Amino acid sequence: MTERVGVYVCHCGSNIAGQVDVEDLAKWAGEELEGVVVARDYKFMCSSLGQELIEEDIKNEGLTRVVVGACSPHLHEKTFRRACSNAGLNPYLCQMASLREQVSWVTTDKDLANTKARALISGAVHRVQLQEELEATEVPVNPNTLVVGAGIAGIQASLELADAGYQVYLVEREPSIGGHMAQFDKTFPTLDCAACILTPRMSDVGQHPNINLLSYSEVEEVSGYVGNFHARLRKKARYINEEDCTGCGICIEKCPKKVIDDIFEAGMGYRKAVYRPFPQAVPKFPVIDTENCIYFERGTCKACEKFCPTDAIDFEQKDTFLDIDVGNIILATGYDLFDARKIPQYGYGRLANVFTNLEFERLCNAAGPTEGKIVMRDGVTQPESVAIVHCVGSRDVRFNTHCSAVCCMAAMKFGHLVMEKTGAEVYSFYIDLRPNQKGYEEFYNRLLEEGMHFIRGRVAEVTDAARQPGEEGKLIVQAEDTLLGMQRRIPVDMVILMSGLESRSDAHDVAVKFGISCSMAGWFTERHPKLAPVATMTDGIFIAGTCQGPKDIPASVSQGAAASASVQAMITCGTVEIEPIVATIHEENCSGCRICNNLCPFNAIDFNEEKMVSVINQALCKGCGTCVAACPAQAISGAHFSNEQIFSEIEGLLFDVVSGNGSKAAEPAKDSVPA
Amino acid sequence: MRYGYYPGCSLGSTAAPYDVSTKAIAKPLGLELEEIHDWNCCGATEYFSIQKTAAYALVARNLALAADQDGLKQLTAPCSACYLNLRKTDHYMGKYPKIGERTNEALAAGGLSYQPGSLEIRHLLDIVVNDVGLESIAEKVTNPLKGLRLAPYYGCLIVRPTLGDEPVDNPEYPTHLDELLDALGATVVDFPLKAHCCGGHMTQISSDTAYELIRRLLQNAADYEADAIVTICPMCQLNLDAYQSQVNGHFGTSFDLPVLYFTQMIGLALGMQPKELGIGKEIVSASKVLKKIGVETEEAEAKPERKKRDDKSLPMPKV
Repeated sequence: MTERVGVYVCHCGSNIAGQVDVEDLAKWAGEELEGVVVARDYKFMCSSLGQELIEEDIKNEGLTRVVVGACSPHLHEKTFRRACSNAGLNPYLCQMASLREQVSWVTTDKDLANTKARALISGAVHRVQLQEELEATEVPVNPNTLVVGAGIAGIQASLELADAGYQVYLVEREPSIGGHMAQFDKTFPTLDCAACILTPRMSDVGQHPNINLLSYSEVEEVSGYVGNFHARLRKKARYINEEDCTGCGICIEKCPKKVIDDIFEAGMGYRKAVYRPFPQAVPKFPVIDTENCIYFERGTCKACEKFCPTDAIDFEQKDTFLDIDVGNIILATGYDLFDARKIPQYGYGRLANVFTNLEFERLCNAAGPTEGKIVMRDGVTQPESVAIVHCVGSRDVRFNTHCSAVCCMAAMKFGHLVMEKTGAEVYSFYIDLRPNQKGYEEFYNRLLEEGMHFIRGRVAEVTDAARQPGEEGKLIVQAEDTLLGMQRRIPVDMVILMSGLESRSDAHDVAVKFGISCSMAGWFTERHPKLAPVATMTDGIFIAGTCQGPKDIPASVSQGAAASASVQAMITCGTVEIEPIVATIHEENCSGCRICNNLCPFNAIDFNEEKMVSVINQALCKGCGTCVAACPAQAISGAHFSNEQIFSEIEGLLFDVVSGNGSKAAEPAKDSVPA
Repeated sequence: MRYGYYPGCSLGSTAAPYDVSTKAIAKPLGLELEEIHDWNCCGATEYFSIQKTAAYALVARNLALAADQDGLKQLTAPCSACYLNLRKTDHYMGKYPKIGERTNEALAAGGLSYQPGSLEIRHLLDIVVNDVGLESIAEKVTNPLKGLRLAPYYGCLIVRPTLGDEPVDNPEYPTHLDELLDALGATVVDFPLKAHCCGGHMTQISSDTAYELIRRLLQNAADYEADAIVTICPMCQLNLDAYQSQVNGHFGTSFDLPVLYFTQMIGLALGMQPKELGIGKEIVSASKVLKKIGVETEEAEAKPERKKRDDKSLPMPKV
């Protein structure tokens, strides 16, 4: 070995030094490990003084390799690579050993900690000497952006990018943009109406010269890599020519087929077979619903076509496809509501006057089916008492363990609206109240003063089975009041179930399509929960709003803006560096079996039909090594993870059981076997 | 399909019609029920709260006998309390090795042992709905229960607690019995209290409490205009049927709701005679209700009026 290795052990304050004897570790490495010419310990290696220590040694001691025993490489690998680079050493000749996350934080046994710390340092010293110089490549960034989902988060992201002068393709699955927010009545805690603040933004989107709005469309395929994505979009047939349609709405008026609107009106209202979800819809063009259209059912009718003043109806229209190139993608695909039928003891679908939160939003919305009148299922009677059940499908091990974050505030908003419009008594059954943002606690206090009743107890059942006088003909809500320590039965006229937020039913498919990861529950995974909340592990793909986890409107808007800012930074920079830690397929050994093609979690491997070999797109490859391990012909090699490097690392890790590698061969002590 | 059959004590006495009707429908449904030889009482609901090891051993003896009975893999009990006790013992003996060890130690005194998990313990309703299958039953129906409004009553023991990973039916709002009665052609009424408690042995401890629990159930069934209540548990049947007149006296109500076993309803739908199914033994007579589906029952013999205590009159001469 001719390499000159420097070993640097970080105390991380007391984080590492509290469990590991750092001074002894550095001394041991300097004395026992072959190739080590300098070994030091320092309070904070990541500080500028710590980095300078490494830089000085590279210059003065002629180090050709660097090992830093500190935290996880997730946190500071970039820091130490940069330090090496500053001193003229190729950054990929630096290796980290995770002494904090993998040693000191996970044990209280100091002997075990010391032994494992030695093993990790020894492994790193062994492998680093075989590491090779690698060069990052630079690729240009396409300044166009694809935004998927046009709820409030997607709208915010699109407008900010478009206002900054960049072209945006905004894709929305439904006929109109606006998302869930367009369905809501008032917004908490200020009680300004959702439509009043949302519709101006929607029309901005519709008219913006930099936004190419593709409503009633979906993303079919995505390929490419950061800076250079290609997407194929399917524009679903509306059966109405957008060039000719003026949005006059005569077709809707004349359509003889009325159906229940399960999407926008949440099943509470009706729409025609040719419809616009709501009057302020953007774009203004209606859509023909072929499942219910009489013409598509029986071949006759065409009332809309007869009356359309501009001949815009086209029953022969087909889905069209659009191929676009973009540099970055923002996913803002939103959430689904928990299906309250899964909790039959709450009676939804069985007891007429049990409503869901979304149904109630439509009920008290002035543009809703009752023009904002809060009435029971019969459509006329005002309730004299209303119970609101929190955490329906949330914070429940049977369904979703997470807190849906918005229901407490929405329930209080409902309470206020019910009392204001009907004067009814309102009872809120909660587990914990969580009004934890600006102005929220004050809103809670306001509701207390307005006389809303708060009962701390999870509801056992909602029933129409009367037991005591006064319960006949009512819905009885039974719960254990955990503050009073007694069972309570409250007879009411109406019950509102605060159904929780769930990830979209197709979230897993979407994650696979875009090559990002999502949790078991289907929420898209951010790069870092605190420090990179809108980036994903796939460069160039960002997430915003409730697709990442339950959140309210202000938080969704913030994320939309944040994602837009991240994209703008990429565009302004103009180019992006691609990590050179990637896999390469050696064509001459590839049999074309394609085993690796489907295994790649980043969709980075294509098949070259002409040569009959697989090819890795190095810009997409994350260097995970799945294909390297899977290749039956061993035709794939992973840079930075060659067999020699890994075997050498293993040999180093087993320093205390392998003899003849330069370190003392010692019998492992019985109680100090590394975990 | 071959099953070990554990009737339990009540099916030999107060719930004899349940036993009779179960045996009657077994053949047409293709169920081979093999009674466990020399079975003993399961200890009912209270014993577990009094003396744990003895209670587990009492139940486990039946499990050990059943597992020894040439190659039985499945054991069924029509009584919900027996079902729960058998299942609980099997489950806890496996989950808590200490219970398993102590129980087997006790069994060893009688030369027996039981390996938890060797039997699958299932309620008769589960077997009828999931093994025989609703479609197959519907095909066999010759006398659909058309026009009969039935309240499906599960009680609390069959659905809770969930032992193991997955509940057999929804623990809060079960639907198996609803689906079965629907397949038999009956009109199933919504019965919100379907999984509420009937009071169990509370009638012996605090009758006021028990009467209130029973009243709620009867009231709820009456509110939904049920003709009859269908049960799957001998305890539920006894409480709702035998105490109905006491409840009426206690609250001044006038409920007249026959309470029948689901096995009896299956038998009627398959065209069997009421007598074959033990119908006529119930205290609140079902004959008026069964006329609705064209089933004639023998009227119970009019009982001689009992002499009131302060009645000093002399007997009438026989005619």
